[in-house]
Amino acid sequence: MNVLNFINSFFSDNAHWQGYDGIPTRVGEHIEYTLMALGIAAAVGLPIGLVTGHTGRGGNALALIATSARALPSFGLMVLMFILLGLGMAPVMIPLVVLAVPPILVTTYEAMRSVDPAPVDAARGMGMAETAVLFRVELPVALPLILSGLRSAAIQIVSTATIAAYVSFGGLGRYIIDGLYQRNYEKVVGGATLVAAMALATLGLFWALGRLAVSPGVRRRH
Amino acid sequence: MIRIDSVTKRYPDGTVAVDRLSLDIPDRSITVLVGPSGCGKTTTLRMINRMVEPSEGTILLDGVDSRQQPVNTLRRSMGYVIQNAGLFQHRTILDNIATVPRMLGWGKEKSRARARELMERVGLDGALAKRYPYQLSGGQQQRVGVARALAADPPVLLMDEPFSAVDPVVRKGLQDELLRIQEELGKTIVFVTHDIDEAVKLGTMVAVMRTGGKLAQFAPPAELLSHPADAFVEDFLGADRGIRRLSFFPSAGLELLASPIVAVDATAEQIAAAGAAGAPYLLVTDADGKPLGWSEPRELTAGEIKTDRLLSYGRPFVTGADSLRAALDCAVLSPTGWAVAVDAEGRAAGVVSQQVIGEAIRGAHAERRADAEPGADGGEIQKVAP
Ligand SMILES: Nc1ncnc2c1ncn2[C@@H]1O[C@H](COP(=O)(O)OP(=O)(O)OP(=O)(O)O)[C@@H](O)[C@H]1O
Ligand SMILES: [Mg+2]
Repeated sequence: MNVLNFINSFFSDNAHWQGYDGIPTRVGEHIEYTLMALGIAAAVGLPIGLVTGHTGRGGNALALIATSARALPSFGLMVLMFILLGLGMAPVMIPLVVLAVPPILVTTYEAMRSVDPAPVDAARGMGMAETAVLFRVELPVALPLILSGLRSAAIQIVSTATIAAYVSFGGLGRYIIDGLYQRNYEKVVGGATLVAAMALATLGLFWALGRLAVSPGVRRRH
Repeated sequence: MIRIDSVTKRYPDGTVAVDRLSLDIPDRSITVLVGPSGCGKTTTLRMINRMVEPSEGTILLDGVDSRQQPVNTLRRSMGYVIQNAGLFQHRTILDNIATVPRMLGWGKEKSRARARELMERVGLDGALAKRYPYQLSGGQQQRVGVARALAADPPVLLMDEPFSAVDPVVRKGLQDELLRIQEELGKTIVFVTHDIDEAVKLGTMVAVMRTGGKLAQFAPPAELLSHPADAFVEDFLGADRGIRRLSFFPSAGLELLASPIVAVDATAEQIAAAGAAGAPYLLVTDADGKPLGWSEPRELTAGEIKTDRLLSYGRPFVTGADSLRAALDCAVLSPTGWAVAVDAEGRAAGVVSQQVIGEAIRGAHAERRADAEPGADGGEIQKVAP
């Protein structure tokens, strides 16, 4: 039996498309976890990255926090949280957010720092308010890099959100964990394929977002 | 009037960038700050719109301390142009220019209409309106920078080395354009450069600064060239200060000779008469009177003048409009040593030898010396195109 056969039989089995353990449900759950974790991580990382990048202060502290956060193993963190907090969404979300904040924070900071200082100087010189300088001058130019930080965070969340299944939540991790437990490799491969497909879809989504949100004057510069 | 009153700027690291500088910047004219790198020009300029706050002293706008109004109100009343323009790359050219009007709440349509008007004013093709900055040449970007600064029609324009990043030909075009715009708009312009030629060309008044942020001399350009205050200024003006000064003497007084000019269809008698005047060369013109080239009189035969055998006449100067510097330049470049003067239509008005130009220069200097004391004479001198 090769992997392609596994994939084929997994996806052609009608039973896999229905019910609480069906593909639509599991994909839906996975998207839900991903969006929630990405939303929280962005809500933490973006403002801090934007402000520190804009003012140029706190860069070293950021780098330190980001590096230490990267050293934390997501799975271990989840188990620890599970022990501390008991069953719930929090032990799942915390490791995902901890995983996603550093790329968002650090790239946003770097993106803001790498904005050409001349237009910023010109904007201040013509009497633009400081918030307008941030949102109307720096952010539009920093946007492609900021999006790339969000994108790598999103991809990492998509693949890591499978751990939710270990603490009895749903998502695509369910197939992998249950499959391993049941020695049902068809299920394992099917679940892994779905995770990969979702990662690709995420890439596509961010590409489209870039086309929509980034000014042609910035995009075409490269 | 912008009055810089005994202003000192000490940066946090202890650098004294500007040291007790006092300067009265007259309204509706171009004041140039010039000096070697690091002498505090940019710092001085940026203290006017409070991008840098003075450590000591005050800056008065029409007698009122510039700190009396909110800083962004002050800045919106002053156009600001920097080196490399500093355009917003995510905005189209039109929206770049419309920035300050939008900030002042003019509304989208009115701001854009104004931006279009300014594109024309600074000599930009309207077809560029929808482009992004990266699609423009350096010179075009700089024009956009000037248009953006002028958009809300501020009375004051601050320009920090706006033309230093473009090549000399484009720079000359931008300088001429600025003078033309200034003629129309009459702004109070403070212009920073480290190029003394640019300072002399653009400035109504020129402030020469020396390292350490001190004022070395503040004078109209002609006076600067004729009476440098000290060895530093003299050195800064460079070796050809004398030649440059000639830009301020009109060529109108030059005695032009019309006798050595013959038309290409001249009769034998006309050629003989022209040659008899004693000039070593005759200038041949076409039937319209436009110069073609020089020839020795004995080589000209009526009816069969070969225009391709004539000696080049170099570049003519426009009598009246051009300066003695231009006339001298023409004479030096001409293979015969004679300069050709043309009228506004390009027809030969006469010829003049180096010798005669030299006498005119000596005469002009003597006249200037007989004039009032330094300080009083500069203001009256009419600047003529170099
Ligand atoms: N933010 C700053 N902190 C400390 N020193 C500064 C700062 N900005 C400028 N300086 C110093 O102040 C002095 C004057 O600088 P300024 O930029 O005004 O010179 P400039 O005449 O414009 O020079 P250039 O022709 O090179 O642009 C220099 O010695 C410079 O190093
Ligand atoms: Mg400077």
